[in-house]
Amino acid sequence: MMKKNNVKFMQGNEACVAGAIAAGMKFYAGYPITPSTEIAEVSAQLLPKVGGKFIQMEDEIAGMAAAIGGSLAGLKSMTATSGPGFSLKQENIGYAAIAEIPCVIVDVQRGGPSTGLPTAPSQGDIMQAKWGTHGDHPVIALSPSSVRETFDLTVRCFNLAEKYRTPVMLMLDEVVGHMREKIVIPDASEIEVIDRIKPEPGDSNYQPYKVKEGQIVPAMAAYGDGFRFHVTGLIHDESGFPSNSHEVADKLMTRLMKKVEDNLDDIIAFEENHIEDAEVVVLSYGGTARSAKSAMKKAREMGLKVGMFRPITIWPFPEKRVAEIAKNVKAIIVAEMNYGQLVLEVERVVKNAAPIYHVGKINGEVITPDEILAKIKEVL
Amino acid sequence: MSKQVEIRLTGSGGQGLILGGIIMAEAALLDGKNAIQSQSYGPEARGGASKAEVIISEHEIDFPKVEVPDLLLALTQVAAEKYADDIKSDGILLVDSSVSLPEGIVAGKIIQIPILQTAAEVIGKPMVANIIAIGAIQQILNIVSKESLESAVLNRVPKGTEELNRRALAEGYRLVEKY
Repeated sequence: MMKKNNVKFMQGNEACVAGAIAAGMKFYAGYPITPSTEIAEVSAQLLPKVGGKFIQMEDEIAGMAAAIGGSLAGLKSMTATSGPGFSLKQENIGYAAIAEIPCVIVDVQRGGPSTGLPTAPSQGDIMQAKWGTHGDHPVIALSPSSVRETFDLTVRCFNLAEKYRTPVMLMLDEVVGHMREKIVIPDASEIEVIDRIKPEPGDSNYQPYKVKEGQIVPAMAAYGDGFRFHVTGLIHDESGFPSNSHEVADKLMTRLMKKVEDNLDDIIAFEENHIEDAEVVVLSYGGTARSAKSAMKKAREMGLKVGMFRPITIWPFPEKRVAEIAKNVKAIIVAEMNYGQLVLEVERVVKNAAPIYHVGKINGEVITPDEILAKIKEVL
Repeated sequence: MSKQVEIRLTGSGGQGLILGGIIMAEAALLDGKNAIQSQSYGPEARGGASKAEVIISEHEIDFPKVEVPDLLLALTQVAAEKYADDIKSDGILLVDSSVSLPEGIVAGKIIQIPILQTAAEVIGKPMVANIIAIGAIQQILNIVSKESLESAVLNRVPKGTEELNRRALAEGYRLVEKY
């Protein structure tokens, strides 16, 4: 299309699929929903070309269930949705968490609740990503701000899912999902791809939920590999069969939480801009972070000492770094397209170290740079 | 022109405005510039007011939406009434001749040309109105080169329609020559 083959002009949603294929996705199951539909469409076009399978299921719940099934059969699997479907998928996301089934769930956020504003952007599902399914469970959720980053983070979602055997969420928003911009697709040789650990072929002592020395998660056999094993949403012991033992429950639950908690440095990523001398830091993510960056540049041109912090990993939240930054600033402004969600986490982490302000929007429009700039001037 | 140019293409769904926006952006990329294209979708696929936006810049583009356009194209009456009052005071309003301009529009320059009629009667294909329009925009703003615009058009249109689309571009250039 362009002069060089690897330079493309594409949507965030299209880049998501390109990233998924580069990461080794071989199975997509879902139910098309605006504004994520292009992810299903392009997956249907591309998967057969790489020996993969696409299936449109009867509803959102089945789409999630089939993605879990595909992963249990040994294929890297993904599903994509938006708010209404994200709600429906939550029960099965919990199943994937306790049964430790790697998979990627993309949520291209739109205005909610319910069917809300189907074609308008939002960041209203950020807390749902963490608390949407019941019970304590590990959560990894990433949020890209550009088309290229959507490609990169989709690869990373697959890698984290495989490495930690857990569902990983890509929290896109309609802004980044639908906007087209230039992307330079990296060569396959530049892309790190992580695959799940598998048991030794013929290992007659295979225990599907036993973690071997030096490993983070149990080796994962695929259905059809010849191993007989049981998978359940109930608390289970190392054999994979249900248990009512408090000791077994404590051991499993603690291990599930710790596999993420003990590896924060590996999982957490963020971007900083002009933090060193900043008096005010704007914390923003996804599509809104682009407005924050523009506001920061305008403020700097006026001589205002403004910096920017962008969590790329939303969950687990980069709390150590945010708490450090808070000690040296006059104020933190959290900008997000919702009524106040990630700001709650910032407040929890920062405590009284710095005053926290919120710029939110819930009418389906993006937050503009000028709206953030106005808040900067107000607090400085 | 300043280093960042913001263009809003409006009309009705089905007129190919999003494709027009994509082609302009791809032409900018061929020229070595940055570009972002976005759109607002209404629930209706065809008819109704539709808009596509393109930002072209020599620098990194942060905010991906057009705030106030440097150039606004309105191909239909409905689109002109909905969008024509939102333009920079020195901006350019490019309107199809079939539209009667709403009262009180303030723009640096208003250019009214028969885009739809030229597509239907001169080229003989109403569907090339979008290509005529981006030809006119090129001639007015010179924000992308003619060479890149032609390559970008030919990369996107169906095989066998290359000559038709070249003619559409040429009509676009010609329609605004005297402005």
